[in-house]
Amino acid sequence: MLFQRMTDWPTWGGLRPFEELERMRRQMERLTEGLTRGLWREPISGVFPLLNVTEDKENFYVRAELPGVKAEDLELSVTGDSLTLSGERKIAAEDENARYHRREREAGKFSRIVTLPAQVEPAKVEASCADGVLTVVLPKAEASKPKTISVKSS
Amino acid sequence: MSVAESKALQAREKAEVSAPAEQTRPGLVFTPAVDIFETEKEITLLADMPGVKSETLNIHLHENVLTLDGDVEPPEGPGEVDVLREYRTGKYYRQFTLSQVIDQDRIEAGMTDGVLRLILPKVEEATPRKIKVKSK
Repeated sequence: MLFQRMTDWPTWGGLRPFEELERMRRQMERLTEGLTRGLWREPISGVFPLLNVTEDKENFYVRAELPGVKAEDLELSVTGDSLTLSGERKIAAEDENARYHRREREAGKFSRIVTLPAQVEPAKVEASCADGVLTVVLPKAEASKPKTISVKSS
Repeated sequence: MSVAESKALQAREKAEVSAPAEQTRPGLVFTPAVDIFETEKEITLLADMPGVKSETLNIHLHENVLTLDGDVEPPEGPGEVDVLREYRTGKYYRQFTLSQVIDQDRIEAGMTDGVLRLILPKVEEATPRKIKVKSK
């Protein structure tokens, strides 16, 4: 350590007084690094349901995992570039005499609005629910589709 | 049949299995949320496994250890590019130890809307019997 060398700090029997501090600082660094990595890995909004949005040349695809939600309990509406998804997850009550060992599944209402990066055609939006996964296909509006421009050589 | 009181659902990140048995295939493994309840005759297990088809779900019961193992195919088609990714997809895996003796021949399982409903009937001896006390 530079400081130690400059002041000719005594080393007590091979123990360096600043080594412990240095080790703690490194540990703290590793801890905060781990924390932020965990936080930024998945930027989630915290609003139910969590959504995955993908796109190809023609469409946007919005997917959500909604196990146990029936199609009739879901409400979707599209305007311009935003999709509103709301509904309710119901869990039917079971036999009154049933003794619960575990209860991890939750029921409740949800509503979420997601803004898409471009305009879509609301009339052509299609939604389907299979195995508890909702898929909404939103065709892009003509104006927001990518166009190929050929370069002319003179 | 009453329905649980409606409240706003909170988003929960899927719980990843931290230390499962060593996986032979790459990919993420998640723990499905379950409800387990018991009546006099049977034990019912409900598990949220969105994306799992009935063909890709394996249920094993071996020496009182129940294993749920569901494969999920990535739903994205070819040529799709991520815009926003809030959840990841992968296998579901969970094991339970059953304390009661289960009648293995009468186990019923069904998948509806990504929810597994597994009915494990208890064997006759394990169901409690009421014993009438005769008074002389």
